[in-house]
Amino acid sequence: MRKFTTLTAVAAPLVRANVDTDAIIPSREMKAVSKTGLAEGLFAGWRYIEIGGREPNPEFVLNRPGYAGARILLGGENFGCGSSREHAVWALAEYGFRAVIAPSFSPIFYGNCVRNGIVPVKLPAQAIALLAAAVERDPAATPLTVDLVARKVGAPDGQSYDLPIEAEAREMLLEGLDGIDLTLKQRAAIEDFHARDRAERPWIYL
Amino acid sequence: MTARTMFEKVWSAHEVVQETADTPAVLYIDLHLTHEVTSPQAFSVLRAGGLPVRRLDRTVATLDHSTPTDREQIFGGVPIKLESARKQVEQLERNAAEFGVELIGLRSDKRGIVHIIGPELGLTQPGKTIVCGDSHTSTHGAFGALAFGIGTTEVGHVLATQCLLQRKPRTCAVTVNGRLPAGVTAKDLVLAIIGRMGVSGGTGHVLEYRGEAIRALSMEERMTVCNMSIEAGARAGMVAPDETTYAYLKGRPRVPQGEAWDRALAEWRQLPSDPGAAFDREVVLDASTLEPMITWGTNPGMVAPLSGHIPSSGDDVFRKALDYMGFEPGEPLAGKKVDVVFVGSCTNGRLNDLREVARILRGRRVARGVTMLIVPGSQQVKREAEAEGLDQVFKSAGADWRESGCSMCLGMNGDTVQAGKYSVSTSNRNFEGRQGKGARTLLASPATAAAAAVTGFITDPRELLS
Repeated sequence: MRKFTTLTAVAAPLVRANVDTDAIIPSREMKAVSKTGLAEGLFAGWRYIEIGGREPNPEFVLNRPGYAGARILLGGENFGCGSSREHAVWALAEYGFRAVIAPSFSPIFYGNCVRNGIVPVKLPAQAIALLAAAVERDPAATPLTVDLVARKVGAPDGQSYDLPIEAEAREMLLEGLDGIDLTLKQRAAIEDFHARDRAERPWIYL
Repeated sequence: MTARTMFEKVWSAHEVVQETADTPAVLYIDLHLTHEVTSPQAFSVLRAGGLPVRRLDRTVATLDHSTPTDREQIFGGVPIKLESARKQVEQLERNAAEFGVELIGLRSDKRGIVHIIGPELGLTQPGKTIVCGDSHTSTHGAFGALAFGIGTTEVGHVLATQCLLQRKPRTCAVTVNGRLPAGVTAKDLVLAIIGRMGVSGGTGHVLEYRGEAIRALSMEERMTVCNMSIEAGARAGMVAPDETTYAYLKGRPRVPQGEAWDRALAEWRQLPSDPGAAFDREVVLDASTLEPMITWGTNPGMVAPLSGHIPSSGDDVFRKALDYMGFEPGEPLAGKKVDVVFVGSCTNGRLNDLREVARILRGRRVARGVTMLIVPGSQQVKREAEAEGLDQVFKSAGADWRESGCSMCLGMNGDTVQAGKYSVSTSNRNFEGRQGKGARTLLASPATAAAAAVTGFITDPRELLS
């Protein structure tokens, strides 16, 4: 997995509550059996004018001047709710996003971010409103910084916030760790559990 | 010993390694269900790492999300027309063969929506930890299992290790006192619960539904309630197993038989929360005051009694939702025009749901200008419905009766609602574009859906049943 240490980049505000994973990537765009080829479908329902078309909707934030090259997304409450589809995170990652800042996240989406090198940052709604206001005045000249090493989020105007994140999520992102490798280090404990369980609950087996 | 909740009992029985301040728990998974949309990339990870599927005896795959529902493409030898769907189906067939995973395949008489066939086959049992790359895995909690949806990286993780790294969620009791009035269904109940809690009200929690109204529900109805736990943001929903649960399970193909049944039953009886067990939160509802419910917005928390009105004011999200739906603040819900009716999904695609629909469709016709699609949740549901003649009722009424699958709930298989059209749907999500770009979804019970189909308007189903 791609490591994350620190990033200074253009941020795109999409600050509305309950942005669901169907909005992030509609099911009709989930054609792939791989993790690639999904970026075009990112926010397809809002980003393009026509159904299934690719003509940009000039109103949508990612199509507006100044937001080219956005790598940080500013979101609202309960970001990534709904379906567990990891395609939502793969689409964000392929588009280029490396961090999503929101007041709260759906837990499945949050975990999917961590497992794909995207930092999910929980900041108070008021802080996000201030960051968004600063960005909107001149997006290209107001890159935000997400510093996972120092655990800080900042803006060029001096705004600075603590970045709260669980120790294991931070370590996975900093080191680019793979959860399977981590878990297989516990193989002996898993095998012990399995042997004991098989004796106690034989009916569990298919 | 301190009183424990059912969730705590199931959780602690599956902790291979306990969580610490710095590390999550290693949680053992009893049953891993997989399907064609969220598994291909997980099998690719295994292949790249040279890893086998750790426990083939705890892994079952099926095809449901993108599969066609017309007979020709399943049984008629016609290839799956939608290329993306065909690729996903073929990829899972290849992956299952290569890794040795049991696949309930496209033409199997056991196939269906993963959350319908798990219980049907008796794979779903009390006290199990059950995961699937699908958020509606919460359905299986109706049996007192701890069941939740996971992302695809986690699908790979479970395939490779039979475990997950998890932080322990908090608990929330949802106590439903009283009894549901006649004509008010489990779907109305869960929509009312989501309306009360909000779409993020359950975040970080496992819900335990309890109280007189829950005890009175059949297993099918409990599944409808648990299914939508995720729509309140909850990780999972559970109902304590009882005689209703055991009667449902006994004799099913994958349920233990003979002495093993007795042993399992003795263990299952220990699962319900101990008297006095503490929950982190509690929500209390009175079932006797509930009415048929319907959503008016773009998430399942935007819901009101069918006899009620759209709220007269709200925030920016509220206004965006009404713009999308083409509704005005303060409008009454009853009498609104309907274009499409969808009956099916893991929420309401079981036999009892189809019987509800048939009660209203019998001797009536689908209204002019309305399209009605009825998709059984599994091939077994389809056979049972046909044995009762329900298919004849549906066809006589002018509804379209299909093969099983997720179908129009998420529109991945080509069954979609056109832009701007109003769809009364028995499914679980009314998100923008969920049933097709620009589609306007109103979530409701099977009875309310059927009533809308025959009148062409949002109608209280109780008016047609008296």
